[in-house]
Amino acid sequence: MEQLSAWFTQLLADNSIFTARTLGYYGEGLVTTVQLVFLSLVIGLVIAVPLSIARGSKRKWIKMPIFFYTYVFRGTPLLIQLYMIYYGVVFIDGIQESWLWIILEEPFYPALIAFTLNTVAYTTEIFHGAIKATSKGEIEAARAYGMSKSLMMRRIILPSAFRRALPAYGNEVIFMLHASAIASVVTIMDLTGAARLVYARFYAPFDAFLFVAALYLCLTFAILYLFRFLEKRMLVHLRPLN
Amino acid sequence: MIDLQGYGPRLLEGALVTIELALLSLVVAIILGLLTASAKMSRSWLLHKIGTLYTTIIRGVPDLVLMLLLFFGGQIGINMITDWLYDRFGIDIFINVNEFAAGVITIGLIFGAYMAETFRGAFMAVDSGQIEAGRAYGMSERLMFRRIRFPQMMRHALPGLSNNWMVLLKTTALVSIIGLTDMVRVAAEASKATHEPFTFLIPVAVIYLLIASVSEWIFARLQKHYNVGFGEADEWNN
Repeated sequence: MEQLSAWFTQLLADNSIFTARTLGYYGEGLVTTVQLVFLSLVIGLVIAVPLSIARGSKRKWIKMPIFFYTYVFRGTPLLIQLYMIYYGVVFIDGIQESWLWIILEEPFYPALIAFTLNTVAYTTEIFHGAIKATSKGEIEAARAYGMSKSLMMRRIILPSAFRRALPAYGNEVIFMLHASAIASVVTIMDLTGAARLVYARFYAPFDAFLFVAALYLCLTFAILYLFRFLEKRMLVHLRPLN
Repeated sequence: MIDLQGYGPRLLEGALVTIELALLSLVVAIILGLLTASAKMSRSWLLHKIGTLYTTIIRGVPDLVLMLLLFFGGQIGINMITDWLYDRFGIDIFINVNEFAAGVITIGLIFGAYMAETFRGAFMAVDSGQIEAGRAYGMSERLMFRRIRFPQMMRHALPGLSNNWMVLLKTTALVSIIGLTDMVRVAAEASKATHEPFTFLIPVAVIYLLIASVSEWIFARLQKHYNVGFGEADEWNN
């Protein structure tokens, strides 16, 4: 044990890259990444639920615009969407004089908007697929009980659809975490941004990027285990008895 | 062709780079995926562990971080190896990594991990009776792979494959960050120079959508091809 700690102190003393300062960069980056991902996911979820219900509507003029939106946002790279919002927001007439500019001037909010729009598109399709897969028997049973459409949606369709969507939504959360790395392109100091800064300062690609890769790996596993736990609890009624 | 303030031709060249990059990385990813899938299914403990380590790590880290690591670290890593070879054996070689090749290898390496998972699931979905029948006919392993395993595996793999391809296509946009002149980079440069971002970004988005739509159509046809002999059976059963 003593040997180990001696070896560890030696290692720390030898390295000139991972000082308190650079670790501070990584720490701030971690906070920014988690903020960005968490906020866009929560806002995205709130918007995606009604959209996914409307996506399954029988009326064409409700269904088609949503389909078009999800098709465009899922068919183009997030980087393009980010560029459009980040570079494009300046050109909205009168935006620079309005109070909104104080918020939009920082790159954080354009990125948040881009990420939210992107995740809404994917989440809408995931939920729409799950709603569509609701078994006919459940709906017939609800109808036989005389439930209204909204009550049926609230009590029967949505709860079972959410459970079914859980694995796919977990993938989307991980996808979002990984996609958030491109925030560093518009000068946001997220985890990847911190790594790029450290790389640029010390010209040490392995140290800078391997460290951040390990951090992302930890985050990914944390999300993975969270969803596995959720699935275990929520899908308990589907498990075989033995 | 639309001139787009003189950027039109460059944008088209960039689009070609994007398509070439995507197709070549797809080939690398499929080969790596098949190799890794066989490694993960092999009886050898070591091969299995190596395959699992590769797919777990690659799928747990953002594409951009891996790209930055391989792009910036790759050349240094290669130089270290060649230096060591020179010191040790006196072999003097200099390998300069071409940006395009580095992009292909990086994206191929990333998506090889995703392909491996797709192929592994698909191989396991092939009925073991089919393989037994092949063996009973006295087929060699290679013939069996070509005639039985591969065609039947593709039926199960295609949905995953098409998914991976769509993600791969969008991932190629990231090479613009690292310095390859694909259409995203041309569009970003043009937007900065002319202060008209939408003029350039919207055509690029449309090209991406076009490629995606065409690939969707191709995959639908492929799916039909590999489903031959299964569709009717389902109809009879119902």
